Amino acid sequence: MLALNNYLIVSAILFSIGCIGVLTKRNAIVIFMCVELMLNAVNLSFIAFSRYLGNLDGQIFVFFVMTVAAAEAAVGLALMIAFYKNRESIDVEDINVMKL
Amino acid sequence: METIAIPAINLAAIMPEVILSVVAMVLLLVNVFVPSENKGYLAYLSIIGLAITAASTVSGWGAPQIGFGGAVMEDNFAIFFKVVLLFAAGLAILISDRYMSQEGCNSGEFYPLMLFATVGMMFMASGTDMMVIFLGLELLSICLYVLAGYNRDSVKSNEAGLKYFLLGAFSTGFLLYGMCLTYGATGSTKLAAIANYAIQNQAVASNPFFVIGMLLIAVGFSFKVAAAPFHMWTPDVYQGAPTPVTAFMSAGPKAAAFAAFLRTMIFAFPMLKGNWTELLWVLAVLTMTVGNVIALSQDNVKRMLAYSSIAHAGYALVGFTACNAEGAAGILFYMLSYTFMNIGAFAVVVLIGKKGEKNGNVQDLAGLGFKRPLLAVLLSVFLFSLAGIPPTAGFIGKFYLFSAAIKSGYIGLAIIGVLNSAASVYYYLRVMVYMYFKEPQEDYEWAGVTPAVALCLVIALVSTLVLGVVPGTVLELAQKAVQF
Repeated sequence: MLALNNYLIVSAILFSIGCIGVLTKRNAIVIFMCVELMLNAVNLSFIAFSRYLGNLDGQIFVFFVMTVAAAEAAVGLALMIAFYKNRESIDVEDINVMKL
Repeated sequence: METIAIPAINLAAIMPEVILSVVAMVLLLVNVFVPSENKGYLAYLSIIGLAITAASTVSGWGAPQIGFGGAVMEDNFAIFFKVVLLFAAGLAILISDRYMSQEGCNSGEFYPLMLFATVGMMFMASGTDMMVIFLGLELLSICLYVLAGYNRDSVKSNEAGLKYFLLGAFSTGFLLYGMCLTYGATGSTKLAAIANYAIQNQAVASNPFFVIGMLLIAVGFSFKVAAAPFHMWTPDVYQGAPTPVTAFMSAGPKAAAFAAFLRTMIFAFPMLKGNWTELLWVLAVLTMTVGNVIALSQDNVKRMLAYSSIAHAGYALVGFTACNAEGAAGILFYMLSYTFMNIGAFAVVVLIGKKGEKNGNVQDLAGLGFKRPLLAVLLSVFLFSLAGIPPTAGFIGKFYLFSAAIKSGYIGLAIIGVLNSAASVYYYLRVMVYMYFKEPQEDYEWAGVTPAVALCLVIALVSTLVLGVVPGTVLELAQKAVQF
């Protein structure tokens, strides 16, 4: 049986990878995948805490997070398609019409 | 493992949300049968729905309802904010039809999306469980991503939607991680239970999970209220989104995020009050300064109003930092008056806008004072109010926020606020200089005022002036609303 801390460390590492990915990657889809990684890192923490505390609130929260992430994915990909239709690119460097 | 006890359901606590959700779903169905040239009717139906919801909301004043095992609380605080949010949604919908038919993207889904976003905001205002606040926030955000990118053929709108989506989802990650760590430290997602746990276990105040959790939650909400240094998305999204959506975004979601932010910090983290007021002090100063300084050099009116909205979030944060009854009441009052004056200004922007928002710069307003004197006067009143010049609502609001800061001993903060407010007069007056002291460069194409836009302008104007001249009643209501 692994201790709570092991799960939390893995979760923190995943969250950091996601966060760094969002800040460094250029492709909008990869950025979105990194955001999903962050959310799943949080889910892992929630479940680890829930198990450790013997309290189901955390696991219920995870269900909601997954649902929300799915809805977000649908909307996000649709927005990317709309952007791609007009610009033929999903590189975030091309999100630049309104620069100062 | 424990079993899940079904909590006591109290539908009265979520009645306004239920009503509005039903209205939005009915509108989705009705939309199918409305021919595309008559989508404006949906706007009127939404207004009726919002009015019914408002009536149901207001009827609960003074009789707090707690529902779903303490996950939602319909108290005066929530009711006051919900009225602000319903006004924001209603006024924005009133100016939508004119804009959407001009831009040729008048498909009827716009109105249900606005209503669903409003439902999300209302849950943020009444949620007392982190789960409810999170769900409300996401319901709001997902609708807003779509609304920001609503004009599919415009690259600007696409960019606004995509940018808002990427940064919004990113900030959600932080908020969620903060909630998770707080849950881990205290064993509950309910705000009241978190505070109780902290009182019974004083050691939790030095628990890194608890402190970092609070900080991450603050960061997540700072993104949503567009506080510097988490404001980078605001100018581009506000500029690119369809103007009615920008009007809505600058007033409604900001108020809702402040509601949830206030509730979370005051209900769940009274133990760490010293820490978060320090953090908010820094955020308030940065937000006011960044917003005002960058707004000085903006030519595009929508972008200028975006930076001004960042600055206004900073003023509200001043009241939050003060963290006394006046400060909290000041935020409530300010959010209400900001809704009227800001949406009023955006309504004028909609009226003078040409297809494709080709004339969005302040230079394009040259001579408006002679060509369209009434519109110019209206815009001037709203801008005076935003600048905080009496006798308008903006003055009373700022006065309250800054005096709250002084009462709590933040004299430096109040001085910085007043200086910022003085600097902001420059860019608001600049618009007026163009309107009244420059020769018109072109003829204004006049598409005419529709009754809906006129109604929006009248409501905004009357409220801005009434709240500025006789603020007593509303201020009293705001003070009653913050007696938790």
